[in-house]
Amino acid sequence: MKKLRKEIVVKNKLGLHARPAALFVQTANKFDSRISVQKDNEKVNGKSIMGILMLGAECGSTVIIEIEGKDAEKAMSELERLITENEPDVKD
Amino acid sequence: MSQMLKIEGIAAAPGIVIGPAYKLGREEWIIPKQEISEADVPLQIQLFEEVLIQTRHEILDLQKRISEDMGKDSAQIFEAHLLVLEDRMLIEEVISRLKKEHLNVAYIFQEVLKKYIEVFSKIEDDYIRERVVDIADVGKRVLRHLLGKEGRVGKLLANLDKKVILVAHDLSPSETAVMHKENVSGFVTEVGGKTSHTAIMAKSLEIPAVVGLRHATEKISNDDLLIVDGSLGIVIINPDEAALNSYHREEDKLKDVTQKFLQVKDLPALTPDNYRVSILANIELPEEIPSVKLHGAEGVGLYRTEYFYMNREDLPLEEEQFQAYKSVAEAVSPYSVTIRTLDLGGDKFVSQLEIPHEMSPFLGWRAIRFCLARPDVFKVQLRAILRASVCGKLKLMYPMISGIEELQQANEILEQCKQELTKEGIPFDKDLDVGVMIELPSAAMTADLLAKKADFFSIGTNDLIQYSLAVDRANEKVAYLYEPTHPAVLRMIKNVIEAGHSNNIKVAMCGEMAGDATMVLILLGLGLDEFSMPSLAIPQIKYIIRSIPVDEARRIAHEALTLSTGKGVEVFIQNKLREILK
Repeated sequence: MKKLRKEIVVKNKLGLHARPAALFVQTANKFDSRISVQKDNEKVNGKSIMGILMLGAECGSTVIIEIEGKDAEKAMSELERLITENEPDVKD
Repeated sequence: MSQMLKIEGIAAAPGIVIGPAYKLGREEWIIPKQEISEADVPLQIQLFEEVLIQTRHEILDLQKRISEDMGKDSAQIFEAHLLVLEDRMLIEEVISRLKKEHLNVAYIFQEVLKKYIEVFSKIEDDYIRERVVDIADVGKRVLRHLLGKEGRVGKLLANLDKKVILVAHDLSPSETAVMHKENVSGFVTEVGGKTSHTAIMAKSLEIPAVVGLRHATEKISNDDLLIVDGSLGIVIINPDEAALNSYHREEDKLKDVTQKFLQVKDLPALTPDNYRVSILANIELPEEIPSVKLHGAEGVGLYRTEYFYMNREDLPLEEEQFQAYKSVAEAVSPYSVTIRTLDLGGDKFVSQLEIPHEMSPFLGWRAIRFCLARPDVFKVQLRAILRASVCGKLKLMYPMISGIEELQQANEILEQCKQELTKEGIPFDKDLDVGVMIELPSAAMTADLLAKKADFFSIGTNDLIQYSLAVDRANEKVAYLYEPTHPAVLRMIKNVIEAGHSNNIKVAMCGEMAGDATMVLILLGLGLDEFSMPSLAIPQIKYIIRSIPVDEARRIAHEALTLSTGKGVEVFIQNKLREILK
């Protein structure tokens, strides 16, 4: 069982509490791995919209993503791409 | 004093009441907090999960509809709703608190939701503020399924210091159910019809009500004096002296008559010469049970189940039905509850079942015919009834049976359900009585054959009369032909009762006729064992039965059956009844 841990700076303009939060959760839910996101001392389930919104991670803040499971690598790369992209691929 | 204004709506529950108006806001919610036992925890979790699935279907349907009507973009909002609904953190938190705190799931769900809304409301971000609206919206859907909006009225009643007439846009059945005559003397709603849940509840609670009164909440102000005439469907706002006087007189007269009947409501339906029959109640909603008890019913003779399937976008789940049947069975125990299986079609339709438009719906694909063709739908109900059968004394009956084959086919499906439950280790009453509704002339004429395969009969008079006399009562040109006293109808009823008795099964009646004061004498005389009727009618029927020796009733029935016209029978009976009641 793979376990990955990575510190990532949130780069997209809207932070991790605007539409990208929904996209993040939808993406996270595609994977079997357990995914958690931590900011400061708060750690939440990465597959929960409520949890991600609770973090209130703005652009420029640092989050720690932990992923444990068979598809951990693929999950990490997709999620990292999502929150580091400047112009996230979100249509309104 | 403001100008008197008289407006007309739909008469929902009879009676006259005069009092001050109290307007109920649209969105005042309060959820009751109830402790639950350890054993109820898994049931509450199951209920929660089923409600989540139900809400999911509801949102998906809505999304589909809106997307078709208004385009994909408008439907996007529901993506966010689904995310909230399926949120693992939220669901896990509800379940873990449920296990720890042993409180009802609706209360816990609301508490968890409140916590999130509070946190999110503090974050200054437009997107998150939008999400708060989503969360509240989804939460409301879930809560509505969990307990049906009973909140607003409960909260109001706790704070009310005088008797009022409630004025609201809409009231849910459970909201109506918590009303008491002591604090709510009447009510008025803007939406709803004669057969809406709310109207049924108002009738069973004996709270005069007018529904479908458009713009009521705009025309009526708090503390306006109102006259609500629930018999005629009229509401008078700020009445003048003359109107007040005339309605006060009407009100008094009504009170005197009901008082006389109410005195006997808790006594048995025993004739002066000690012949005993049973008087039961017809219900459509579990919330009617208090009224059933209040009027002295000895059980429920007809529990209609169509309401589960109507006024909604999805099909009811087994758990939802089970909970309702269980609550009714437990509340009515030790008396019995007879559940009629789904009687859709004819004049009762459900959108999601795709029943096609028919030229002659009353002769078409309805009731048991539909259920036999759709065992997937039928089995959900049968399983729910079987599961609830260990919670009290339940009986089951099939509507619109035309002959032995249909009864056998229905019983085969019932047998399959029993085998499934046995395999799953779920208990049920192995001796569950299964009866046949006699409402087709074919069933009435072959009652002797059916009686050998049924545990009891229940005569449904509305359909039996309509089919026997080939009369659509809703068609005003022929409505005059609809005669409960028609000799053909009486002979059929006699035939059914005799066939039942010679095969040692009981014969009940759950149609309108059973609660009709003019018909009681004949039915009693013909030997009917059980009379099932709207709760309201019970005291009066008991009063009549307690006033006439059965021997006399038998003579009256015998003579009535020799008469050659329906009109003749009616005049004859009316005269006899007048003698007895004077």
